Amino acid sequence: MSSHKAIGGRLFSVPFMVLLVIFLIGCFFMFQRFTSGIGSVSNLNGGFAWGIWVVFDVVIGTAFACGGYALAFMVYVFNKGQYHPLVRPAVLASLLGYALGGFGAFFDMGRFWQFYEIFLPGNWNFNSVMLEVGLCVAAYIIVLTLEFAPALLERFGMHGLLKSLNKVLFVFIALGVLLPTMHQSSLGSLLIAMGHKVHPLWQTLHMQPLFALLTALIMGFSIVIFEASTSAVGFGRHSESGLLSKMGKVIVGLLLTFLLARLVVLMLQGKLGLIFAADFASLMFLLEMVLFVIPLVILLSSERRSRGGQLLIAAVSMLLAGSLYRFNAFLFTFNPGPGYSYFPSVSEIMITLSIIALELMAYLVLVKTLPVLHREEHA
Amino acid sequence: MVGIEIDYSEVEKRLGVSRRTFLKFCTGVAASLGLSTHAAVAMANAVADPKRRPPVIWLHGQECTGPTEALLRSEQPSLEHLILDLISLDYHQTLDAGAGHQVEDIKKKSMLENKGKYLLVIEGAIPVKDNGIYCKIAGETMLDLTHEAAANAAAIVAYGSCASWGGVQSASPNPTGATGAPQVLKDKTVVTIPGCPPNPANFIGTVLYFVTYGKLPPIDDKGRPRWAYGRLIHENCYRRPHFDAGRFAKEFGDEGHQKGYCLYKLGCKGPETYNNCPSLEYNNVGGGVWPIGVGHPCFGCSEGGVGFEKPMFSLADVKTHTPPNMFPAIETREASGTLTAGAAALAGAAVGAAIGATAMGAKKLDEKEGKQE
Repeated sequence: MSSHKAIGGRLFSVPFMVLLVIFLIGCFFMFQRFTSGIGSVSNLNGGFAWGIWVVFDVVIGTAFACGGYALAFMVYVFNKGQYHPLVRPAVLASLLGYALGGFGAFFDMGRFWQFYEIFLPGNWNFNSVMLEVGLCVAAYIIVLTLEFAPALLERFGMHGLLKSLNKVLFVFIALGVLLPTMHQSSLGSLLIAMGHKVHPLWQTLHMQPLFALLTALIMGFSIVIFEASTSAVGFGRHSESGLLSKMGKVIVGLLLTFLLARLVVLMLQGKLGLIFAADFASLMFLLEMVLFVIPLVILLSSERRSRGGQLLIAAVSMLLAGSLYRFNAFLFTFNPGPGYSYFPSVSEIMITLSIIALELMAYLVLVKTLPVLHREEHA
Repeated sequence: MVGIEIDYSEVEKRLGVSRRTFLKFCTGVAASLGLSTHAAVAMANAVADPKRRPPVIWLHGQECTGPTEALLRSEQPSLEHLILDLISLDYHQTLDAGAGHQVEDIKKKSMLENKGKYLLVIEGAIPVKDNGIYCKIAGETMLDLTHEAAANAAAIVAYGSCASWGGVQSASPNPTGATGAPQVLKDKTVVTIPGCPPNPANFIGTVLYFVTYGKLPPIDDKGRPRWAYGRLIHENCYRRPHFDAGRFAKEFGDEGHQKGYCLYKLGCKGPETYNNCPSLEYNNVGGGVWPIGVGHPCFGCSEGGVGFEKPMFSLADVKTHTPPNMFPAIETREASGTLTAGAAALAGAAVGAAIGATAMGAKKLDEKEGKQE
């Protein structure tokens, strides 16, 4: 018998219906995007080629989907088996996040009908900074599907296939650690290519991949806490704060490394003065720092760390901090030159919201029908 | 390598051009055919050898003599010399010094003597209605003359749109039943060099190829040499990027027209006309001298069923793929990102909902844990 089980319950619950409405509104704009072009629904322009579809759906969305990566790292690389119950929901969330990140990138693609070219090695453009990201993300979606496959196979009782899959699964788990390391750091490298358009406070050049990777891991662990907390509240399950608070120690290490590296790099590059310039960029930087420090304060105290509510606040603060870091670098303080400005249009935001709604709906349906969440020992 | 050391002094005298000009010309022709410099030398040798000059019978049907004019008025002074000395032009109604029975006799004699060896060039359409009585030369119909000359020709070239597919007189209602040579000579291979007028370079290239290699260059299903008519004008047009980007001149003299935008919306037939005008241009003067180059839409003069058939300003049927309307437009949008109240409200609501839900969740979690303990 599996140690996971489907939680069951009504599929068409109130949150599901609300999400469905948001998704359907977004569908209208998606249809418009494919029939009348990107320009008719988005505010993208010659200077801002990356709008929220890329920056939120892909750059931040895939970081949100790093739960599977962070846990795979913990459980399989550092052999911390006690976190195993959290792996399957995290892998599911990663799969959904990445698949929908790819979906979001598809909307942003001018000539989307040439999408399949990424799978033809003869057509690869090795001069493109996006190639590595595109390939890695596509490969990782496949790997995540295989990592999640046991849940499906258990559900449909294909035990023979499950057995043979389990024999080779370690290869995919290894890839599942390698691939995000590659493309999450490459997302940082994209900023190197943007040169002076990126604000000096975020243009750390060769340190970009490190910061991208650190924020990805921080956000990955945060999303695991977030998921466990929300399923405890939403599905009325037993709180897993005990397990989560242990994870807090790892996060503290990551946060300290990030903050220290961030400030040291800025100091070495002689940019510390810009933090106190009191302009928009410096305010955004300070806000970002505050959001990184709040979880540090919470997680450093063992009393606070053991309380589920505080853990959730810390997790959300880290998610916001990581998102803000990426938003600031890619969009908020991005300066393509005089005359350009960008704020997403209503239809653009609706498409992004409907993608998120789709992701949440898929998560709700899958945890209710497939053995994803861990069987509770004492319920 | 054959005959590199050939003596061109005879050619220089015969054509009245320097050896250098002559070789440059041959190289240019070879290049426009897509052949190597070896072919250029072979062509030069073929022209230099007087024994290899093929006799040519040149017939005129219903036409304006435009193709011949185009050939003779070629800007390069050596061209008409070259074409006239490269071949032995035994019969040509426009250029013959003699007249009447004399030239007709010479033609008959030449065709008999050079049976199976002469090159037949047909210029002008052939009327077939009422047994072809609408075009007669020396008392015989063009239809009969064509069949007679074609019977023993080594190769047949239809020069100009009229000979290729009927030209202007074949346009509706076509009272004389004007048709092109390929339609009349159904059992023969007819190389067509359409155009109104055709580009002399296409004719010379084809003839030089024939003289040099003794065979015709590769042709398509309409008899057109592939090297000249293998691609749509649209494919190599220098205004093509404007088409792809959706920048069109909408009327003569408007802003787009002045800026050199695509002429598609003015009825340019480049997207359905096969010719090499964009790369060779016209009159050998360079500088964009060809219809599209000087700002006039192509009217499809060389394409049967398009030129003289479709209205001048009607839209062309684009043979290559058309950019779909979801194609990203290339435009320099700058401050498109005006912050609307709706967008701000939506973004604020999304962030607010996330923070609010967190606060609620945190509270519930604490309560829950309180109960558990």
